[in-house]
Amino acid sequence: MSELTLREVSVPGHRGPRLAPLDIPGKGAERWIPADRIRKSPAALPEVSEPVAVRHFVNLSVLNHHIDKAIYPLGSCTMKYNPKLNDEMARIPGFAGIHPLQPEQVSQGALAVIAELHEWLRAVMGMPAITTQPAAGAQCELTAILMTRAYHRDQGDAREEVIVPDSAHGTNPSSVHQVGYRVVTIPSGQDGCVDLEALRKAISRKTAAMMLTNPNTLGIFERNVGEIARLIHEAGALLYLDGANLNAMLGLATPGAMGFDFAHINLHKTFSTPHGGGGPGGGVLCARAELEPYLPIPVLEQDGDRYRWSYDRPRSIGRVHSYYGNFGILVRALCYMRSLGGTGIAELSREAILNANYLKARLAEAYAPSHPGFCMHEFVLSASRQKARGVKALDIAKRLLDFGVHAPTIYFPLIVEEALMIEPTETETKASLDGFADALLEIDRETQTDPERVKTAPTQTPVRRLDEARAARLLEVTWQDLEGQGGAA
Amino acid sequence: MLDRIGAPSLEALWDAIPKDLRVQGPLPLPPPLAEYEIARRFEQWAERNADASRYACFLGGGIYDHFIPAALRAIVSRSEYATAYTPYQPEVAQGTLQVIFEYQSMIRELTGMEIANASMYDGATAAAEAALFAADVTGRKRVLISACLHPHYRQVLATYSSAGGFTVEDLPAAGGRISGTSLARIAGDDLAAVLWGQPNFEGVIEDGAAITRAAHAVNAYSVAVADPIALAILKPPGQDGADIVVGEGQPLGVSMSYGGPLVGFFAIRRKDVRRLPGRLAGVTVDADEKRGFVLTLQTREQHIRRERATSNICTNQGLMALMNTVHLALLGAEGMRDVALQCLERSHALMERLASIPGVTFPNGDAPFFREFVVRLPGNASAFVEAALERRILAGIPLSRFDRARGSDLLVAVTEKRSKEELDRYAKALADWVRAPAQHPAEEAACRS
Repeated sequence: MSELTLREVSVPGHRGPRLAPLDIPGKGAERWIPADRIRKSPAALPEVSEPVAVRHFVNLSVLNHHIDKAIYPLGSCTMKYNPKLNDEMARIPGFAGIHPLQPEQVSQGALAVIAELHEWLRAVMGMPAITTQPAAGAQCELTAILMTRAYHRDQGDAREEVIVPDSAHGTNPSSVHQVGYRVVTIPSGQDGCVDLEALRKAISRKTAAMMLTNPNTLGIFERNVGEIARLIHEAGALLYLDGANLNAMLGLATPGAMGFDFAHINLHKTFSTPHGGGGPGGGVLCARAELEPYLPIPVLEQDGDRYRWSYDRPRSIGRVHSYYGNFGILVRALCYMRSLGGTGIAELSREAILNANYLKARLAEAYAPSHPGFCMHEFVLSASRQKARGVKALDIAKRLLDFGVHAPTIYFPLIVEEALMIEPTETETKASLDGFADALLEIDRETQTDPERVKTAPTQTPVRRLDEARAARLLEVTWQDLEGQGGAA
Repeated sequence: MLDRIGAPSLEALWDAIPKDLRVQGPLPLPPPLAEYEIARRFEQWAERNADASRYACFLGGGIYDHFIPAALRAIVSRSEYATAYTPYQPEVAQGTLQVIFEYQSMIRELTGMEIANASMYDGATAAAEAALFAADVTGRKRVLISACLHPHYRQVLATYSSAGGFTVEDLPAAGGRISGTSLARIAGDDLAAVLWGQPNFEGVIEDGAAITRAAHAVNAYSVAVADPIALAILKPPGQDGADIVVGEGQPLGVSMSYGGPLVGFFAIRRKDVRRLPGRLAGVTVDADEKRGFVLTLQTREQHIRRERATSNICTNQGLMALMNTVHLALLGAEGMRDVALQCLERSHALMERLASIPGVTFPNGDAPFFREFVVRLPGNASAFVEAALERRILAGIPLSRFDRARGSDLLVAVTEKRSKEELDRYAKALADWVRAPAQHPAEEAACRS
């Protein structure tokens, strides 16, 4: 029996916590609102008591896999453990209970947190200009592409194209397209890295920027990044780092030294803020000094021993968030950085790389690595051998769920056949890595002895394989649809 | 582990990083701190902020100090929700997926629309995505934005419009709302959409039906930016005929947290579903015909469609949408109506108190409002805000922040949490300040800055 919906467990008249009674004379809605603008029938929200509501959400919660339960090796998603202190700090009333438009003189503690986080991130990134306003990585991309356009306009130089490797995340071409630039896709070379010849051919005076993920989505460091930066800059264009894979580089190399003009950070990946089942993210956009005037407003400034938001920035691209970005996430990220200190931050990428290489070495006997040699913090395997036995990467991913661990990323990167993209992170122990490797090796044996078992997995999960085509066809996306108030579009 | 890897040393693993690009030596950052050392630092910072547990908060502008049930905090801090990823493997993410489905259902109910997505970053970006959406569906570019929409939302709309998908134009207002003359400006066969607030930034309740009629008369979309608490008591924009309803979900159980993380809701008509930005959860069955939930219509999204996606958005505000869902479940229909009614009664009670203070007026006259109103002071509003801090009152948002000409206007919000004592304290603080403003040292400081 699946968990009922709130609508299905509702009982008329039941309710949760109540408000204090009105301690002033009440005159009724009709006194204050014109009759034609009053809601005629109440919103049909659930009617449940607090215990019923709590059980409902607790019973639903245990159907989820989560990082506190077991490894979550999703490539390019950096699912590391989220230290509990971070959440506790964000819940302090002096952070959680403050309003974004209260006077700055009584917000100095919040501004100090943001300022210190900026300092720490500048040190790690080797870039001077910074904004923590974007809500997530994709919004950093949009912000940077808008800044790119403003920069070129100021140079009197309208440009039309942005170069994106074929191994890039889908948000890259989507953000580029949203700003009206043409996406120029370049193929990866045999070694999985940017093909310099293809890049040279793609670059022209029309090139506004190039977006690069480094290490790339195959977990390979783009060793020609210096040359790529030189070529891009020679053409007067800007180089953007998609920071999804930053967990490989902390304390090893900075985007600034590599020649990037922009770099984004996903705080929810690299700096351990919880993913929340799909968000909130936390976006940080760093840039080199020349691009600072274009940052979104407001920009944090220090004025003696006080901080203030500066809005007087005529070359800014404008605002991208209702207020200052995801402040609660910034508190958590700073808490994490402070816990690790400079030494711990430099250590974590080294451990992440070690863990990834160990897993890759253990798995290479059964699954074909996309590329030979050492990897950075993640690697891609191809289930091509298993496919020859009639089992797809998707089946392997589903079978992994039966072992109580999460599957790797499988829909990506598009350039590897039957890809399994694995990123263990530094917070997994050797025992946990071994457990995951043992499961994948066992599944490989099953593809030889009992492929049906893999193809019909999972069987141990709260639900078995779900019919996605049916969901798209019926398009029942609310309780109301289930009750027949609406059908497919 | 290195033996198993076959690497001579740890450093050999990152040989691919050219030597000249490497960080030389340690990062220039201090050493690690213990938990209690960090807690001490953060608590000291937090003490320097005026928070709503120590100050009576009358600030609004889309972010409010509403009641948040204890059971909500307990549920949303569970690892199973907080530390889960996007539900890309639905077999082990039914909790997250069913919550999204229930969230979509309740947003549909509140807005009076037909489909809601799994949420957006915040109210401002939801409004910007709505403008993009309307421009795309209508094949037109011009978007009229009510002058009474939140100024920050208008700024974000301007930023997104600079990307080229639509153009923005102000729809003027009179008396704090879209008036008859402004309705006449809703015209032109190039008009994609009209964006209006319900209630608007100044708390005034708009005539959504009239605005929507004017928009539809020229085949443009009517886009409401609505407050979710107000929707418990106001006619939902869906019933006014709106084509898109978006808004900020913070009032539904999300802490103010200095303005983030927030959560935007996004609701549309079923006919437009294939243009919907962001994630959408739907019902299906598993291999045993058991009911289950999945993310659906994913081919709209950037990870499949890349540059042809309906939006570049990748995340949803999952944890905040959970907060909204738990909040609406705990309060229910009656509880939500109580909250809305108390906001209505208490804000009017404060206005009545302020009306008796000499020199205090209300620029929006008797326009109907919800929870929030503009008061015009006989002096500088920022100066009063500073003076009120000494009485542990966060008195409101000086509108000079957005318009220098409005130096004496203050936007004041009153939620269900503001007690009679706090309303009285506010009125007394203002009366005292009006009586003797010059004697107050804080005022001089404010005038200088």
